[in-house]
Amino acid sequence: MTDFRTPMGRVRGLGAAKEGVEHWWAQRLTAIALIPLTLWFVVGVVTHVGAPHAAALAWLGQPWNAGLMILFIVAAFHHGQLGMQAVIEDYVHKEWLKLTLIVGIRYAAIVLGLAAILAQLWIVFGRAAPVAGG
Amino acid sequence: MASNDAPVARPRPLSPHIGIYRWQWTMALSILHRLTGIALVIGTVAFGWWIIAAAAGGEHYATSQWFWGTWLGRIMLFGWTLCLFYHLCNGIRHLIWDAGGALALGPAKATGILALLAAVLLTVVAWVIAYGLL
Repeated sequence: MTDFRTPMGRVRGLGAAKEGVEHWWAQRLTAIALIPLTLWFVVGVVTHVGAPHAAALAWLGQPWNAGLMILFIVAAFHHGQLGMQAVIEDYVHKEWLKLTLIVGIRYAAIVLGLAAILAQLWIVFGRAAPVAGG
Repeated sequence: MASNDAPVARPRPLSPHIGIYRWQWTMALSILHRLTGIALVIGTVAFGWWIIAAAAGGEHYATSQWFWGTWLGRIMLFGWTLCLFYHLCNGIRHLIWDAGGALALGPAKATGILALLAAVLLTVVAWVIAYGLL
């Protein structure tokens, strides 16, 4: 059988690290989760487009919707970050710029994703009262 | 005599880039998958603004609603809807490939055109419903 290991790997007696497919798997798992979540999200947005503030709060205030929205936020931000990382790795070849972009986008995804989750929690726990005229 | 005795490295042959390749459905749709993915990451930021505005109170929500009601806002939303449905349909195509299906030339092209048509159809349906409810 052909041995695909590098000479160094053979000398050290090491096999595959078994972690190389982590990015690929995470991208697929978030993609599968996003199929139903995106359909739910689009239906929700389409039926509330142009809705007054109170109607939007009522929709986001339902426990089921709040839960699905948090799942959507986690899956969407994670999937987007993984996708951007793949694009950057393919097209940005300056090492410092590649690293800065990947790390910067990952931090931005965490911060904005957390802010969106906090906003959703704020609404579902009734802290976002509509202001008159809203 | 030249002081540098190191052998001159011949330039390595490069694989042809998009300026050389003949355009094909599978190639164009693959590029479109990445472009729509990048557009959706920007859309995710816009979504973050929307949900944070909803939590922040009526005035902030009204500003957000005003923007999405403008022509620029509507064109952006329409573009994101199209990107979302294309990325969703073509993403399912990618998952089928991952499972080992539809990889032959014929099915690869046919499923790609199907994903594109489905994306246009779903976008039209979503916007007809959204405008019908306004």
